[in-house]
Amino acid sequence: MREMDSYIARSLWQDRMFACLGVLCTVFGLAALCALLVKLALDGASRIDWQFFFSYPSRHASRAGILSAWVGTLVVMSVTFCTAIPLGIAAGIYLEEYARKNWLTHIIEVNIANLAGVPSIIFGLMALGLLVYLLHLGQSVLAAGLTLGFLVLPIVIVATREALRAIPTEIREASYALGASKWQTVWHHLLPYASGGIATGVIIAMSRAIGETAPLITIGALTFIAFLPPSPVSPSPPFLSLDWLHSAFTVLPIQMFNWVSRPQQEFHLNAAATGLVLIVFTLSLNALAIIIRYRMRRRIKW
Amino acid sequence: MRFKAVLLVTMLALWAFPAALQAQQKVVKIDGSSTVYPITEAVAEEFQKATQGKIKVTVGISGTGGGFKKFTRGETDISNASRPILEKEMEEAKKNGISYLELPVAFDALTVMVHPSNTWATTMTVAELKKIWEPEAQGKVTNWSQVRPGFPDRPLTLYGAGADSGTFDYFTEAIVGKAKSSRGDYTASEDDNVLVQGIANDPNALGFFGYAYYAENTGKLKAVAIDAGKGKAVPPSEETVIDGSYYPLSRPIFIYVNKKSLERPEVRDFVEFYLKNAARLAKEVKYVPLPPDAYQKAMERFKAGRTGTAFGGKSEVGLPIREIFQRQLTD
Repeated sequence: MREMDSYIARSLWQDRMFACLGVLCTVFGLAALCALLVKLALDGASRIDWQFFFSYPSRHASRAGILSAWVGTLVVMSVTFCTAIPLGIAAGIYLEEYARKNWLTHIIEVNIANLAGVPSIIFGLMALGLLVYLLHLGQSVLAAGLTLGFLVLPIVIVATREALRAIPTEIREASYALGASKWQTVWHHLLPYASGGIATGVIIAMSRAIGETAPLITIGALTFIAFLPPSPVSPSPPFLSLDWLHSAFTVLPIQMFNWVSRPQQEFHLNAAATGLVLIVFTLSLNALAIIIRYRMRRRIKW
Repeated sequence: MRFKAVLLVTMLALWAFPAALQAQQKVVKIDGSSTVYPITEAVAEEFQKATQGKIKVTVGISGTGGGFKKFTRGETDISNASRPILEKEMEEAKKNGISYLELPVAFDALTVMVHPSNTWATTMTVAELKKIWEPEAQGKVTNWSQVRPGFPDRPLTLYGAGADSGTFDYFTEAIVGKAKSSRGDYTASEDDNVLVQGIANDPNALGFFGYAYYAENTGKLKAVAIDAGKGKAVPPSEETVIDGSYYPLSRPIFIYVNKKSLERPEVRDFVEFYLKNAARLAKEVKYVPLPPDAYQKAMERFKAGRTGTAFGGKSEVGLPIREIFQRQLTD
């Protein structure tokens, strides 16, 4: 009996130790993140005002701003969004619902999983060869958007498949039983139910793309840009213009990188402020993902 | 979903003629050295202000070598270069039918730095620096007392530019005698701010980097005066760089202009604006400007459209600025 007691006591003690270790690990990770955020905020907060958001880069640190950088980030992201998301979702649906389970599909699946783990610089090199030299897109918004599109495509595909897989088979069977075709099943039942998971995946993919620097530097993104891409709408016919796709661009991480390597201390403050903007951007995207997931989960009950 | 599909198809269709669309914009494309970048950026900023944004200027940083790669393929109008064009790059340009104007725009000086508490190394000779930095010194010269008799018995920690930078090429060529020949056991970084921090926090440090970074951090670092073997040590400063006495660690930096691009009025205007304002703007971003007559000579060369390089495809150490304009140009 005493042996039993001491065994239980030891086990409880071990349990507590492990819990302590877990808390310690969590606190360590959070503390590192907090320290980083606080440091960035302390350095950069003084620089954040309207002028900073609506000025072009300049050799005078106090007059420099991130207008061309955040507009660049926005337009590049929109290209990435418009290409990678439809393609990724379509590929995910095909692989999960349509593709026959044979060795070819298997190879494709394994490769997509691997692609999601390939370092981003490799995508940059591929884009340099394919988009910049072969297709002559140059250092344009289009080339950058497509590069990041390639990068996040596997993430979107994997997220779509996970979301579809989570839907019970009964839903599909019920739909077929009522005479729905495969496409009708996908369009009217599976996609709406999976949309929460897909949206989460999409947002996570976008928040990864937003902070990427390496592949954009590889394709030759520029550093000093003191103008905006041409407007997509014009007052004269044909009203819509796609010139902006071929415009030169810079993005937030590149602008930040450039300022960090300047000799003047004031530029480092600018870089910290840019970092803060970028982190707020990414965190709010992630928060949005969490909210969407929560809402969708609440709405659907099986 | 349907809207997105339409957009996608439109974009795919537009891939076919990107060139046609790009031709309408007035853009001056510049790429190249990160050393020259701050000056070109300042000029681009002022130029766009002066033309009220009608002409767009883009400046990239892909290093002198990377910049020349694009330039000799005809992708850029102007290339920033912290060293003269090399033979290989000249051949490449010739192959692609590109001729260019070589225009010096400012001086860049390398400074050798120590910690402010370092009282012994106020001057050093090139021979002493060579003893420290040559490849044979690796793992052997690790103490200040080995550098010069009378230096204290303290460990020697080294900081320097990374092997991909033009700064590294120039320092090794000027000090060791051969470009890229250096010991490897030192803290190397492409980011000069890392070096500034390293030296400022290490009483035993010795390191080298660009003058602009020293000028911004004079309180944290101490510059070593350099004796090129003439028995007179010269500290780095604007005056000593301009009069050529800060030898051998100062060098002119250039822009290379594609002759064909000069047919476009916007590129012509930009280069003219550059040469007129380089002295003032270089000073503002803590670079050392050329003497006034050098800018005049550069302007003459530009107006006459004289192409070619004065260096014949080899980089040289400590060439006086006057000589650059006296030499025969080779294409």
